[in-house]
Amino acid sequence: MSDLTLTPNLESADDFYAALIAAHDGLSDEESEAFNARLILILANQIGDQSVLEAALEAAKA
Amino acid sequence: MIHDRYQLAFKLYPYARSADQDADSPVHHPVIVVGGGPIGLASALDLGRQGIPVVVLDDHEGIGQGSRAICFSKRCLEIADRYGCGQPMVEKGVVWNLGKVFHDDRKVYEFNLLPEEGHKYPAFINLQQPYFERFLFEQIKAEQARGAPIEIRGKNRVEAITPEANGVTLEIDTPEGPYKLSADWLIACDGAGSPTRKMLGLDFEGRVFEDNFLIADIRMVNDEFPTERWFWFEPHFKSGASTLLHRQPDGIWRVDFQIGWDVDRAEELKEENVRARLDAMLGDVEYEIVWTSIYTFQCRRMKDFRHNRVIFAGDSAHQVSPFGARGANSGMQDVDNLGWKLGMVIRGEAPERLLDSYNEERIHGADENILNSTRSTDFITPKSRVSHLFRNAVLDLAERYEFARPIVNSGRLSVPCTYDGLSLNGPDALTGGPARTRVGSPCPDAPIDDGFLLDRLGDGFVLLTLNTEVPDRLEVDGIPIRRVALSAGGRDALSDRYLGSARAAVYLIRPDQHVTARWEHYDAAAVTAALRTACAKEAI
Repeated sequence: MSDLTLTPNLESADDFYAALIAAHDGLSDEESEAFNARLILILANQIGDQSVLEAALEAAKA
Repeated sequence: MIHDRYQLAFKLYPYARSADQDADSPVHHPVIVVGGGPIGLASALDLGRQGIPVVVLDDHEGIGQGSRAICFSKRCLEIADRYGCGQPMVEKGVVWNLGKVFHDDRKVYEFNLLPEEGHKYPAFINLQQPYFERFLFEQIKAEQARGAPIEIRGKNRVEAITPEANGVTLEIDTPEGPYKLSADWLIACDGAGSPTRKMLGLDFEGRVFEDNFLIADIRMVNDEFPTERWFWFEPHFKSGASTLLHRQPDGIWRVDFQIGWDVDRAEELKEENVRARLDAMLGDVEYEIVWTSIYTFQCRRMKDFRHNRVIFAGDSAHQVSPFGARGANSGMQDVDNLGWKLGMVIRGEAPERLLDSYNEERIHGADENILNSTRSTDFITPKSRVSHLFRNAVLDLAERYEFARPIVNSGRLSVPCTYDGLSLNGPDALTGGPARTRVGSPCPDAPIDDGFLLDRLGDGFVLLTLNTEVPDRLEVDGIPIRRVALSAGGRDALSDRYLGSARAAVYLIRPDQHVTARWEHYDAAAVTAALRTACAKEAI
C-alpha cells in the first residue's frame, strides 16, 4: 500500500495549470463539469490503488 | 508648444538650446535615443561608457512622478552595477524576502525567497522608479565628467521619423521651434505608447486584459507593518478582487487594488473613494496618500524589435502585466543585450547582422515574460466560471496541503532568461558542468577572494578559467578577450556554480555576462570559432 502524495509532485505546476484551464476554453458550464468528471476518472485509473484513492477523496473534502 | 503630459518628480535636464538647432542642414549623430526613462538612460549609459556618442531626446525635462515600477531584480541590479550605479540603488532600496498570500480572511501560506548565499546583490529590492532613474542619471553625470559623450536634451519631442537605408532623419519640436537631426541608429525607448512605433506604423500584437488596477502610495503615520509582500485573493475587506501591499523606501507603502473593468476613473481616484478602500483594508490606521493612479495593462509585443536602423527596447517593444516585476527588469536586460552589440557594429568589429541576434534573444526573453505574466494574470483574475472554481480550489487546498502551493500564482518573480539554442551560442562541452551555467545562461554571481565574480566580468569578452592554464593575452580579429583566472575546489559556491563534477573549466563570457561557450580545457581554435559565432561573424 502506498501513501497519498500531498507534497509537490508536478513536474511543472504552471504548465499543467495553464493546460488544465486552456482545456476548458469554449466549453459551457455543463460541458466543463462533464470534462472534469471524465478527467477525474482517467486520473483515478492512472492511480489505481484503492487506498490512495480513498485517501484522496478524504483530502478533497471541504 | 511642448506641453507636459505629467508632473515631474525630479527636474534634471531643463531645455537648453543646442548648436544643432542653428545648423543649416540636419546635424548627424551616430546614435539617438528617443525617451529618457530608465531604458533610454541605461542605453545612453551603456553606449556612452563605450565612448560612442549618444544623444537622448525627451519631451520632458526630467523624471515623471509616481512610484510606478517598484520591484527591481537581482539581474537588473547586476546590470546597473556594471554601469557603476547598483550600490546606491541597494542602499536606498528596501530588501524583502517574506511574502504572505491570503484568501478572503485566511492566510493561505507564506513563502520566503530564501536568497542563495554568495551574491553581491539581493534577489529583489523595492525602490520607486524615479529613484532608479535618478541613480542612472547621476551615473550619466559621473561618466560625462570623465568624458563620456552623452547628451540629454529636454523638451525635445520627436514629431516625425524618416527611415532610410543607412539611418534615420528626425523632425524635432522644441520650445524654440523645430529642427532636424539625422542618425545612423535610433533606439526607441519611448514606452508602452511609443510614438516612434506609431509614426513608423508598426504592429503590436497580443492580449489586452479588461481590468483596472488602482494604485495608492501611502505613508503610514505609525509604521508597524513588516517588510513583507502581502497578497490577497478576494479579500474580506472587499476593496478589490485582489489586493497587494508592498513596502517602498521613505516609509511609503504601495497598495494595488484590482477594481474591475467598468469603472469611472475620475470617480475612483477621488480621495474619499480611495480612502474608503484603504480604510476597509487597514482598519484603524493613520496614513497620508502620496500618489494615486489607475492603470490597465497588456501582455503583448512587437513582431520584430529591430527595424533596420530603428531598434526598440523596453516597454516600446513589449509589455507585460505587473505581476512578476517583468517590465523594467526585462527592459534593462534589453539594454544589456543591445549595448555591446551595437557598440561592436559601430566600431566595425562585427557585422550588422549581429543586431539580428538582439531581435532573436530579446524576443525569446519577451515571450517568456509574457507567458509567465499572462499565467499570473489568469490566476489572479480568472476569466471564466470554471477557471475561478479551479483557482479557489487551489487556494483552499494550499491552506492545508503543501502540494498546491506551487500552483498558487500571484506573480512569478522576474528571473533572466537563458538563451537556450540561439544563434550566438557556441559549444557546451563541459562534461559534468552545472545546468545553471549552461551555454546561453546569465552568469550567476559567486564570492571570490577579493569580492564577487561578476565584478570581474562584463564590458568586454572574458575567458574565465577555473583550475587550468591559458595564455594571458588573447585576441581574435582585433577583439580582446580578457582572462579571468581563478581556482576553485571543494564545495565552494564557485565550484557549485561553474564546475559541477568537472575538475577544470574554461568559459567564454559575453560582455553582457551570458555564457557563450564552455569547455574543460583551453583550445585556441575552439575559442576563436566561438568568439566569431558570438559576434555573428559566422553566417547565422
